[in-house]
Amino acid sequence: MDERRDSEPAPMKNRTTVERKSERELVVTRTFNGPARIVFEAWTKPELLKRWWAPKSTGVPLISCEADVRVGGRYRLEFGHDASKPMAFFGRYIEVTPHSRLVWTNDESDDGAVTTVTFEEKGGKTLLVLHELYPSKEALDGAIAGMEGGMPEQFEQLDELLVTLGASVGRS
Amino acid sequence: MVQYTRARLDASFAALSDATRRGVLEQLGRADASITDLAEKFHITLTGMKKHVGVLEQAGLVTTEKVGRVRTCKLGLRGLEEEAAWIERYRQLWDARFDELDKVVEELKRKEKVDGRKKR
Repeated sequence: MDERRDSEPAPMKNRTTVERKSERELVVTRTFNGPARIVFEAWTKPELLKRWWAPKSTGVPLISCEADVRVGGRYRLEFGHDASKPMAFFGRYIEVTPHSRLVWTNDESDDGAVTTVTFEEKGGKTLLVLHELYPSKEALDGAIAGMEGGMPEQFEQLDELLVTLGASVGRS
Repeated sequence: MVQYTRARLDASFAALSDATRRGVLEQLGRADASITDLAEKFHITLTGMKKHVGVLEQAGLVTTEKVGRVRTCKLGLRGLEEEAAWIERYRQLWDARFDELDKVVEELKRKEKVDGRKKR
């Protein structure tokens, strides 16, 4: 469409944001320099998905990647250094709307989130919003604590007010 | 930023409804202190201060740690810092994935352009 862009250097990298929207929700956003149909394709073709889902910097290689992207279809991603003892993530797609919306479950445990990804195209770019809804506050806290390797009990009760308070007394 | 439910806010506001407890938080914002220190500073009994600190602790505003015979109180910010650190690491994971995804998107765009030319 825009032929002039061919010779231009690669566009600036877009910013990734993550926000805990509520007790049960995490939201990740990022804009991609391409139309929604292309970004959607990269999320729904397993041979493309596996090229970006496990970047080298995470240090954990992807062993296998299966994704049957249609309503009711299943996915399974296996990670690890030892193929005989992989760490598996799996679930099924519960909504697949081409180029605009994907919803899947995370069935590794009862505390798994439901993940919704939306693709919104504007002026040839795509705003991607990944929304994870956990079944309970404890499930999301657990996910955080699990990766953190333990969390003080008090964490359970921290609130926005404390943030404000901490910020104001911290400054004085 | 972090948002929590009304119930949780209510617990915090209840804890903060008392001038002494607000003073204790301000004090702990400057430096950690033992319950004895706090009782002296606010001119109340040790038992009275224990109760106040208990309420703040229940609301998650303060954490305490007993070393020997001294119970030290500090602002309950640690959990928040850990959450912020986790969120940043989670962001970095997605950021790394999306950098790779950028490459896939660029490649697909180029391919589409070439295919488009072929059709013409």
